[in-house]
Amino acid sequence: MTALRIKAHWQRHHFSLNIDTILPASGITALFGRSGCGKSSLLRLIAGLEMVRDATVIFADQPWQRQQNFVPLHRRRIGLVFQQSGLLPHLSAEQNLLYGFHRVQPELRRLMPADVIRMLELESLLRQPLTSLSGGQQQRLALGRALLANPQLLLLDEPFAALDSLSKTAILPYIRTLVDETGIPLFFVSHDSREVEKLADQLVLMDGGQITEQSSLTTALANPNNPLFDGSDIVSLFFGVPAEKDSWGRVPVLSNACCLWLGDLTEPVPISQGQVRLSIRAKDVSLALSPIADLSIQNQLPAHITNITPYRQQFLIQLQLADGQLLQAEITPYAAAQLNLTIGKPVIALVKAIAIR
Amino acid sequence: MTALSAADWQAIQLTLTLAFYTMLLLLVITTPLAWWLAGERRGLSAFSYWLRTLVQTVVALPLVLPPTVLGFYLLLLLGPQGVVGSTLQQLGLPHLAFSFPGILLASVLYSLPFAVQPLQQAFEQLGRQPVEIAASLGAGPIDQFFTVILPLCRGGFVVAATLSFAHTLGEFGVILMLGGSIPGQTKVLSIAIYDHAEAMNYAAAQQLSLLLLLFSFVVLFVVYGARRKTGSL
Repeated sequence: MTALRIKAHWQRHHFSLNIDTILPASGITALFGRSGCGKSSLLRLIAGLEMVRDATVIFADQPWQRQQNFVPLHRRRIGLVFQQSGLLPHLSAEQNLLYGFHRVQPELRRLMPADVIRMLELESLLRQPLTSLSGGQQQRLALGRALLANPQLLLLDEPFAALDSLSKTAILPYIRTLVDETGIPLFFVSHDSREVEKLADQLVLMDGGQITEQSSLTTALANPNNPLFDGSDIVSLFFGVPAEKDSWGRVPVLSNACCLWLGDLTEPVPISQGQVRLSIRAKDVSLALSPIADLSIQNQLPAHITNITPYRQQFLIQLQLADGQLLQAEITPYAAAQLNLTIGKPVIALVKAIAIR
Repeated sequence: MTALSAADWQAIQLTLTLAFYTMLLLLVITTPLAWWLAGERRGLSAFSYWLRTLVQTVVALPLVLPPTVLGFYLLLLLGPQGVVGSTLQQLGLPHLAFSFPGILLASVLYSLPFAVQPLQQAFEQLGRQPVEIAASLGAGPIDQFFTVILPLCRGGFVVAATLSFAHTLGEFGVILMLGGSIPGQTKVLSIAIYDHAEAMNYAAAQQLSLLLLLFSFVVLFVVYGARRKTGSL
């Protein structure tokens, strides 16, 4: 697997960066942390935009920076997207899209404009003046432009921070698609846990200029004390394959023996190889000891308890579903006592169809 | 108005030549200089910070110094006894005082802030992001300059070119000190006017003055007019 080796000790005024790590470069990796934790600086170090002395950056056996050897950004083949799209205002949408493409040697071109235009649905944007594009459309165009420069790695610095929540929701599936279709590893910087839950495969947590944790997202989400949950709700993910909607418009999402019903799938959900990723807040999951008839809650999933931990003033119950996936429920100590919950106990997890995102 | 004398024509031609070369040299020199000065200040090491402050100050000096002071120091430096002048002579080259190359050098220094400041301002407004994006898309430094910096900072370049040209036209004190009044070499318009006035030849002085006034007015008018139209200057 492609890997990114980074070593840097960097001190400037009130900020320091201390990194010595190997990051797996595959799929989507989120660099998460508070403002000022060094995540953007790390991204800029990888891109070669910060001159950090004695740093080492090696991507897949290419030394981008090692001792006296420094490869400038324009020879690293990295796609960059910033919070502000950085579309060049003196060029048209199409000229922007092709700026990098024209600078790739023809024999090295792996992606053609037609592929990227289809993948990111850019056709209608190309005929418009830049100023009439919305923030989300500009970011899509910027992504397409980066892709057409034939990058080996995509670096996105807070790419959704300037977007309203609707545009943000709309752009996430495109990111998933482009990574899955092109196989180009992508790193994105974020301080929004919802973005991370929706998009990331791996999580790199940063604090005070250091990497404090590096894990798969599934592992990270199983830890209620993960800084990802500071100030936001605990969430579990459910991966499954959506099937035909029924006559009521409900969509079943299947994973082995498990079936989760959704109110609908109109909100675009990132789909990977036919699989959707759903997030379920622990607060939206109730527990019962046996199936309940005559109930509006449509998802009654058999599960057994794998862990019980006090969490804030409540209890966090971790469950294993029939297909092995983790589901978490947050309940009051009173409820936990009433049901006499213990590890290993089989329960029924109740999830409202419309609480699934 | 009577016809201009041959000597006046020579002064006009010399002045335009001087202003043109000064402008050209300044654009070449100040583009990288202004780019460096416009760089991010946050996170600079103490050394780089003070170095940049020093250069910024030196660049701005001609704005406040009496031109005669600049001319005087240049005379000391470039004259036959000066460090630069005597070194040049030892190398078998002429010293630079009282010569066209000498006043060209002086003009470049004298008009430096008028080229640096508009460019620096344009570069600061541009920021580094467009260039970083271009680099990520495979554009090398020269490519970045011609496809991103130049088109997006066109206004800054136009102002820098015009101001350094126009400012050189009005140069007097520096040239008087360093260049004297050698026809065809250092006798530029302002000096010619001064000489005419000294000789009580007011009609001729009047004619040249009016010419300079009109020309300067038109240049500035065109620049400020273009700024309004494109809105990007």
